[in-house]
Amino acid sequence: MMETLTVLLDESGIKRALTRISHEILERNKGVKDLVLIGIRSGGAFLAEEIGKTIAIIEGVTVPVGAVDITLYRDDIKSHAAHLPVGKTDIAFSLEGKRVVLVDDVLFTGRTIRAAMDALMDHGRAQSIQLAVLIDRGHRELPIRADFVGRNVPTSLKENVAVIFNEKEQPVEVVLEK
Amino acid sequence: MAEFKHRDIIALRDLTKEDIELLISTAENMREINGRDIKKVPTLRGKTIINLFYEASTRTRTSFEIAAKRLSADTVNITPSSSSATKGETLADTALNLLAMKPDIIVMRHAVSGAHYHLAKKVTCSVINAGDGAHEHPSQGLLDMLTMKDRFGKLDGLKVAIVGDITHSRVARSDIQGLTKLGSHIYLAGPPTMMPPCVERLGNVTVCGNMKEAIQDADVVMMLRIQQERQGKTLMPNTREYSRYFGLNPENLKLAKPNAMVMHPGPINRGVEMSSYVVDGDQSHILKQVENGVAVRMAMLYHVCGGELAE
Repeated sequence: MMETLTVLLDESGIKRALTRISHEILERNKGVKDLVLIGIRSGGAFLAEEIGKTIAIIEGVTVPVGAVDITLYRDDIKSHAAHLPVGKTDIAFSLEGKRVVLVDDVLFTGRTIRAAMDALMDHGRAQSIQLAVLIDRGHRELPIRADFVGRNVPTSLKENVAVIFNEKEQPVEVVLEK
Repeated sequence: MAEFKHRDIIALRDLTKEDIELLISTAENMREINGRDIKKVPTLRGKTIINLFYEASTRTRTSFEIAAKRLSADTVNITPSSSSATKGETLADTALNLLAMKPDIIVMRHAVSGAHYHLAKKVTCSVINAGDGAHEHPSQGLLDMLTMKDRFGKLDGLKVAIVGDITHSRVARSDIQGLTKLGSHIYLAGPPTMMPPCVERLGNVTVCGNMKEAIQDADVVMMLRIQQERQGKTLMPNTREYSRYFGLNPENLKLAKPNAMVMHPGPINRGVEMSSYVVDGDQSHILKQVENGVAVRMAMLYHVCGGELAE
C-alpha cells in the first residue's frame, strides 16, 4: 500500500534544518557548557553525530555524543511475536548534572521518547533533558513535545515518514509514504 | 530481522547458528547494564522465574538470579534440601505444582540427562537448562563462546582444545555443539577412561592421543574440572598422576599459540587440572567467563520470554 513517495526534505534541506537546530541548541543552552548529545538508535544516533559535528564547526568545541538503544525500555514489548534484537547503548560518560539533548529522527506517538528518558534516568540524574527531532509528524499519545524541530509535517495515521540514510550513516532524504 | 523462536533453551544442539549468534549479540549489548550504577532495566517486569536446582551450584544459580533481577523479573530459588523431592515427589508432580503458581520461566539443573525435555512437555512456561547430567549446559557454552568472541572477534577457524573428563562434562558437549555451528575446530584430550566413544560424531571434533597434541598451536585451551563427586575410583589412579599427564602448567601452555586464552568452567581444583600459576596468570580468562555469564543469561531469559507467541 505504501507506494506513493513524496520527498519532504532533500539532503541540503536536512543540512539546513540540522544547522538551525544546532544554533538553537547553543542559543538555548548559552554555549556548550555541560552539554551532551544522546541519539536514539538508529536514526537519531546518526543525527546526533551530525549535530555534534555542526556544533564543533560553530563553537570550535567537541561536545560528547552518545547513543541509547531503547529496546529494553519499550512499552510494547509484549505485542511483538519475538523479542526484538537489542542494540548497544553507548554512553561513555556520566549524565550527572549534564544538559542532555536527546535526538531522534521522527517524533510520532512520543512512546519512544518516554522509553529513552527512562533509560537516561538510569544513567544518572541529568540537570535537564531537551528533545531535538528532525521531523514532528504529530499524533502524540503521551504529553511530550520537542524543544527543537527541523520540520513539522501534518500526517495521517495511514502515512509513514522515513528518514533515509546512506551507507556512511548520513541523512540524505526525508520521505512521506502513502 | 533475526528472531528467536524457541520457547525453551535446553541444548545448543537444538539451536541454529543464527539463534546462537543472536543470543551472543544480545548478551554483548546487555553487558553495558552490568557496568552502570543502576544495574536494572524494566524489560521483564512482572515475570516470575523459578530457579529449580536439584544439584549444587553457586556460580550458575547466582548468575541466573542476578540476570533475572537486572531485567526486573522476580525470582524464587528452590533447592533439593528444602523441596519436596526429598519427600519422594516426582519431577513431573513438582513441575505441575510449580506451574500452578504461574511462573514464566523455570531454570532447572538436574542430575539426569534429558530431564528438561521431560519437564518441558509437562509445563506451559519456558524451560531453561542450567545443566542436565552429562548432556548439556547451554548457558556455559554460550558464555564460553562470548568470551572467545571478545578476544578474537569471531569463532570461525579457531582451534579450541578441551582437556579433561569429557565423559562427564556437559560443558564440553555444549561447547562442541555451539563451537561447531560457529565454525571452530575442537581438539579433545583426556584419559581414555574419560573419553566417550564416538565423540567425533558430535561435531568438528578431533580426539587426540595425548594432551600435547591437543594444545599444540591452540587459540583456546579449555580445562575441565575433575568431577570427583561423579567418579568411582576406577577412572584414574590418583589426582597426582592425572595432573602429570593432563594438567595445564606454564610449561605445556607454551605449546599453544603465544598468548592463547586459558579457560575453565569452574570450580577449579587448583593443582589438579591446572596449576595456580596458570589460573592466576595473564592468559587466564576464567573470571571474564563468570562476568560474561550474567549477560549471557540475561539474553537467554529475554529471548525465551519473547518467544512464547512465536510459531
